[in-house]
Amino acid sequence: MATSYLELSQVGIEFDSRHGKFRALDDINLSLDRGEFVSLIGHSGCGKSTVLNIVAGLHEATEGGVILEGKEVNRPGPDRAVVFQNHSLLPWLTVYENVELAVNRVFKGHKSKSERRDWILHNLRRVNMEHALDKLPSEISGGMKQRVGIARCLSMEPKVLLMDEPFGALDALTRAQLQDSLMAIQAELGNTVIMITHDVDEAVLLSDRIIMMSNGPAATISKILPVNLDRPRDRLALAEDREFVRLRHAVLEFLYGNKSEPVTPAATALTDDAAVDKRESITTEKNYRVTSGMRPLTAMA
Amino acid sequence: MSVTGTMTQPDQRFEQASGRLGKLLPVKTLAPSIIGLVVFLLFWATAAGRIDTSLGQFPGPAMVWEQVQELAKEHRRSREKQAAFYKRQEKRNAAKLAKDPSAEVKIRAYTGQPTFLDQVFTSLYTVAGGFGLATLIAVPVGIICGLNRGLFLALNPIIQLFKPVSPLAWLPLVTMVVSATYVSEDPFFEKSFVNSAITVALCCLWPTLVNTIVGVVSVDKDLINVSRVMALPTSTHIRKILVPAAVPMMFTGLRLSLATGWMVLIAAEMLAQNPGLGKFVWDEFQNGSSQSLSRIMVAVLAIGLIGFALDKLMLLLQRRVSWDKNAVLR
Repeated sequence: MATSYLELSQVGIEFDSRHGKFRALDDINLSLDRGEFVSLIGHSGCGKSTVLNIVAGLHEATEGGVILEGKEVNRPGPDRAVVFQNHSLLPWLTVYENVELAVNRVFKGHKSKSERRDWILHNLRRVNMEHALDKLPSEISGGMKQRVGIARCLSMEPKVLLMDEPFGALDALTRAQLQDSLMAIQAELGNTVIMITHDVDEAVLLSDRIIMMSNGPAATISKILPVNLDRPRDRLALAEDREFVRLRHAVLEFLYGNKSEPVTPAATALTDDAAVDKRESITTEKNYRVTSGMRPLTAMA
Repeated sequence: MSVTGTMTQPDQRFEQASGRLGKLLPVKTLAPSIIGLVVFLLFWATAAGRIDTSLGQFPGPAMVWEQVQELAKEHRRSREKQAAFYKRQEKRNAAKLAKDPSAEVKIRAYTGQPTFLDQVFTSLYTVAGGFGLATLIAVPVGIICGLNRGLFLALNPIIQLFKPVSPLAWLPLVTMVVSATYVSEDPFFEKSFVNSAITVALCCLWPTLVNTIVGVVSVDKDLINVSRVMALPTSTHIRKILVPAAVPMMFTGLRLSLATGWMVLIAAEMLAQNPGLGKFVWDEFQNGSSQSLSRIMVAVLAIGLIGFALDKLMLLLQRRVSWDKNAVLR
């Protein structure tokens, strides 16, 4: 077998929790070709974000590892840019400055000042945000913020684009617009993308493969569903398409159908949260619980 | 409007409401403040008339106002004297030089008693020194402690131990150490200034330090992750992420620091006989004339006004540097 562009081999991770070791992920094996778009889908708390964070280098796998272009990944870096669910723009920097921070980090010394400026504007134009250069994030809508977040990532020319439920917090219309934008950009640039989603339609519409994960603890990949729909894809035409409907049904069946495993999302999510809470934050709803972990310090004030 | 109204906090709503009222009718918000002040003055005047001390009657508003004018007059007189002194000296020296061009001329500084206004400026200058020194130490140390958990754990017991200590307890130690170590023929700073400033700094340190640490530690984890993904160098990380994120908490600390610093300074000046408003109060108390209490009362009001002005100044600065324009800053 030819070596793949991005490879996760036998990845497992354990967190220290109040009740001893907690195994969140077990034996994850996945390889991606260059330019491939895959979605991770699964119930809340199954460890999708953890997989993404391991690829990003934000978490360190307890065993196994991630290999990108023949090199092992063990720390975060701009070659694996992350689009966070809640956009995570720096609220004190304007739209332009948010992208500038990333561009200066990656291209200072390689591009001249005016080239960097052009590159920032080019990336903001790509996501139709060149009209709001001097706006602060608090002055633009949620969809616009996410556009800027995507522009920031694209501007770093990452080898892999990691998206953690990028459109989860947006309304349906905005989400559809952004999905279309993302497809257009993907068609133009051929990025390698791993996206986490809860949205079945989104997964089928955007992906080349859908990775379905079992529930934790010790979550792993249960099933991989190839999506062989022609590109460019059109959401209106696909709504009636038989293959699209079949794929959509297969994912729904996986998520909600009767399975040997008891599906108790609430319970698993809780145990998972408890474990993750202790260690580090991941960009999901869990976060907000993590912030309260700072209490010992504030109590001192 | 009704939807957002129900979602905001009650005190925020109050703020919005009073803000709106204030814009429409400044009289409506100003009037209660004026009535409050008038009632206070009346109460003060009647109460003062009933309190007799060994130094005479407790000063009412009228007596205090008299002393305000008196102090202003004294200040002007003192400045005139000073100007006259320098003029005489200049004339004398010029005459000396005209007689003998190679003559050595001495220029002596005027050594009159400092006036009330001089004392005010001395105090302001001292509090600025102490507060500045404390800020220069507390902010960087706070950032480093916020970044490094080990260092924080090492410093935390020390912070907890010294935070509740009244800086006045330090004053004798500071005085002794300064007189032992700060020896120079021609000191750039007065020794008394160094004593007071260090004492003020010792109390300004803690609120800024603690709040900076909290500010740095409670930076949104997502923003930290953004920085990690970009692999920003530490200096950029601190400048672009940590410091802006911690600025609101830092300012909370700075304002607390300045307010306590100002209070402590007056006490330190009284105790150590260092020049400043505190010394003015103490001198008047020792003087024990029939005007002394009125003059002390002038100082009390001046201290209050200056403290208020300092806090407003910090608030203005905070508004300038704060990125969160929606935050309610008071």
